[in-house]
Amino acid sequence: MDINQSQTKFQQWALVILRVAIGWQLLYEGIVKLLNPNWSSVGYLMDSKGIFAGLFHAMAGNPDVLRVVDFMNVWGLVIVGAALILGLFTRVAIYGGIALLSLYCLSHPALLNVRYAIPSEGSYMWINKNLIEIIALLVVLVFPTWYTIGIDRFIFKNKVEN
Amino acid sequence: MEENRNNNKKQDNKSKINRRDLLKGLATVPVFGAFAYGVWRKKKLDHYRSHKLSKELNMSPTPVAEAKLIWDGEPMRIGIIGYGIRGTQLMKGAGFIHPDEMQEWKDGAATNSSDRRYNEYKEQDDLNVVVNGVCDLFDLRTKRAQEAAANVNREAHGGTPGKEPKIYTDYRELLKADDIDAVIVATPDHWHAKITIDAAHAGKHVYCEKGFTRTLEEVFAIRDAVKETGIVFQLGHQGRQTESYIKAREAIEKGLVGDINLVEVCTNRNSPNGAWVYDIDPKGNENTIDWKQFEEPCEVKHPFSAERFFRWRCWWDYGTGLSGDLLTHEYDAINQIIKMGIPETAISSGGVYFFENEKHFVNEVREVPDVWNAVFEYPDKNFSMLYSATLANNRDRGKVIMGHDGHMELGNNLSVYACGESTRYKDKIESGLIDPDVPIYSYIPGRKDVDAVASPTEQYFAGRGLLYTYRGGKRVDTTHLHIKEWIECIRENKKPSCNIDRAFEEGISAAMATISYKENRMITWDKDKEEVS
Repeated sequence: MDINQSQTKFQQWALVILRVAIGWQLLYEGIVKLLNPNWSSVGYLMDSKGIFAGLFHAMAGNPDVLRVVDFMNVWGLVIVGAALILGLFTRVAIYGGIALLSLYCLSHPALLNVRYAIPSEGSYMWINKNLIEIIALLVVLVFPTWYTIGIDRFIFKNKVEN
Repeated sequence: MEENRNNNKKQDNKSKINRRDLLKGLATVPVFGAFAYGVWRKKKLDHYRSHKLSKELNMSPTPVAEAKLIWDGEPMRIGIIGYGIRGTQLMKGAGFIHPDEMQEWKDGAATNSSDRRYNEYKEQDDLNVVVNGVCDLFDLRTKRAQEAAANVNREAHGGTPGKEPKIYTDYRELLKADDIDAVIVATPDHWHAKITIDAAHAGKHVYCEKGFTRTLEEVFAIRDAVKETGIVFQLGHQGRQTESYIKAREAIEKGLVGDINLVEVCTNRNSPNGAWVYDIDPKGNENTIDWKQFEEPCEVKHPFSAERFFRWRCWWDYGTGLSGDLLTHEYDAINQIIKMGIPETAISSGGVYFFENEKHFVNEVREVPDVWNAVFEYPDKNFSMLYSATLANNRDRGKVIMGHDGHMELGNNLSVYACGESTRYKDKIESGLIDPDVPIYSYIPGRKDVDAVASPTEQYFAGRGLLYTYRGGKRVDTTHLHIKEWIECIRENKKPSCNIDRAFEEGISAAMATISYKENRMITWDKDKEEVS
């Protein structure tokens, strides 16, 4: 890949560190939920605001849907996080990560004058950390470091440059 | 040549995995080592904390079990006396909802999937009771009570009603009926004593709504009648069924907060409805309301007043305001947890500061305060209890029990925190095992469930455990559980949780606070002579 070839080693490692750091954060979010038998997304969903709030409230209101949402969320975070760290099926993992984070953004948009039950550690207007994480994943996506550093190096050999 | 060599090298690289490939391909795998170590440390610390803490606190890990009501005998035959706001709720608790309300819940469920009132009501336990008599002084209410009582299948509009109960315009006639075993009394407070005493003498079991009585003398009179006749009496403090309060009692018994020195309880509301300035039914007039009977127990008679009839809680002739209405809920919650009984002294003060007459009343002058505070002293138990209420601001100030070693915050949930200066937890705070800012014990009933309570008033009650509690993770109406317990006790000849002795303690305590306000002095209780001075 030309784009990788033109990178310095420092640039390449910086991108790998970004990928691994995002993976670490998502994996830990998943593991913490997995280890807590009482965890449920219900409070978070009920706290949703903005134009999609009704949809998220409905998810919380239906116990069957809620079970599926909880399962998908926890295992989605664990699988995406681990895949980003390992560089394994990374492209798919990035899409999955963007999808999960987009749902968080849609359910809890950083709108003006909107206050959520879970206190925020900073001040945000339209752009919050979930959105920045999505953008960071887009950056990771357009610089495919996994063909160099990651297990994908063995799987997608024809794309490996060095 | 050079180019060919490079190409061959690339081909070789692609066809086999060399050391360089392995190093680069697996370069990030060691990250998992660090990650796993971190997770292992966290799990170990969590386990150590919970294990050590649970050993130290010795709280039982099991949630409060749901009492199963199995009765395949003859149905209990009940009568309802008073079908106003509370009477309607009590009938619902017993299993009889008006089709109009069921229709509203059904429509709500159809348009909002998180509105589960309809399905939850359908799932409410069948108590195996029939309503054979209804009584109210307002014609429209008796008619509605009759329709609700006939709704035996809990249906919305278009259902198949069962047999309609008889309408009584005088409760004395209802008490004479042979087809009634027990009565639910949900009249204004000034009728509680008379009806309960008459019912006891007629051999009918009684569920009486709070405030227990309007005067001190009535407290003694009801106790005498109930004890003398041996009927099963339950006072309507449905908070007795709140799961977190039951767990709180265990936490207090196991000394989690140490020696209690101060209890703080509050009421915070901010709406005309919350201050009992209810809507006046335009159909309520001298022809539809039996005003003479309504005023029968009053020493001073008044001309007909729809305001007084519909907003009776605002006058001393019929109730005791914040004392009997809302202090008693808080008092009984604490009494069930720490069993403190009647205070040695009571002092109270307050006033009508917001719901002034020209703003909120047409012809009448509100008498009972809308801001009111009471202090109960328990010198033999070394603690004070403060009750503070405003009906003109709804900031939730919670319910707190403070001891030398920690404090307990109560609502639907229960949280116990260690005090930074505690003697019992000193070592554990120093070692970092206990953080005074983090609860050492929490109880959150039905934590995986969803609350879909509707109005702010409903939310207010739900927050205080006065509306819903959880049994086995299922949301249940506490009023239903309280009536269920009463019926079960009648069938099995047992004492209910809010029996006449607890009612006596509540009644005397509230009466002391009321007298203190009216006479502007401290009131003392002599427990040996059972006298108030």
